[in-house]
Amino acid sequence: MTIKPIFDQEKCDGCGLCVTVCRCGALEMQNNIVNIIEVAHCGWCMDCELVCSTGALQCPFEIVTLDT
Amino acid sequence: MTITAESLGKLKYFAGLEPQQLSNLPQLFKEKAFVKGQTIVAEADINENVHFVSSGVVKVFKTSSEGKEQIIKLIRPGESFNDIPVFNPGPSPYSAQALGNTLIYWIDKKDLLGLMRNNWAVTVNALSAVADQSRLLLQLVEDLSFKNVTGRVAKILLQHSTPGPEGTPRLTQYEMAAMAGTAREVVGRSLKALEDSGAIKLEGHRMIISNKEYLKQLAGLN
Ligand code: SF4
Ligand code: SF4
Repeated sequence: MTIKPIFDQEKCDGCGLCVTVCRCGALEMQNNIVNIIEVAHCGWCMDCELVCSTGALQCPFEIVTLDT
Repeated sequence: MTITAESLGKLKYFAGLEPQQLSNLPQLFKEKAFVKGQTIVAEADINENVHFVSSGVVKVFKTSSEGKEQIIKLIRPGESFNDIPVFNPGPSPYSAQALGNTLIYWIDKKDLLGLMRNNWAVTVNALSAVADQSRLLLQLVEDLSFKNVTGRVAKILLQHSTPGPEGTPRLTQYEMAAMAGTAREVVGRSLKALEDSGAIKLEGHRMIISNKEYLKQLAGLN
């Protein structure tokens, strides 16, 4: 399964910073709205979440416990 | 790309200036485009220019002797960095790196001080920018030295480590920061420390708790 950041259009102000920092081409701007494309190599660097000042982009971690 | 009065008017340092006052400014500035990952200012450099982000975003950070990084602040369009050496002579106290393609303007110390001498609004804006940074740094000092953020993060991870009715728990670094009462930058550092100690493993979007006992110890739970 390909994973991608979670986007909340309501919160997005269209600043485009997330697109500027994304290194995998998963994010693009279309008519001032962020479009997230599923790509195989989103490395979950979380830079898009880091620069988004409105909280519109989120990169949550799935928390898994290793059975010991 | 040309520096215009309009583009300078968007910088916080020059907020409140009349168009006619702004029209004299472009000649005092220089500009340069940086690509993702490029260093704009290196810690300990002698650089007495105030820099401004016109577009893009810049990460300001310090690096320890072991290469560990602490992000201090992200500088977004309209904001400034490297103001400190201009008002307090000495090397740059931090490094600044472009997080994406970024356009930077800068002005040298002599020209900025001249502008401040003749323009009260610029002086107040500059003081406000530097005071903002001081406040943020004091907050960082508090978080890094008085709060046991790593312990708090360990506790949060333990509390979210059991799958609930909605499946595997998911948490962002912003959510962890809000729960721990700190900034995302400080949580980032704690997660790195937890990873280095072998308590957790970060694999893409999965955070694997590999040493629950150690996490409990850090969280003060045993
Ligand atoms: S996590 Fe990194 S690679 Fe993935 S979409 Fe965000 S910026 Fe791009
Ligand atoms: S950084 Fe956030 S607010 Fe700006 S365009 Fe991207 S999602 Fe929207």
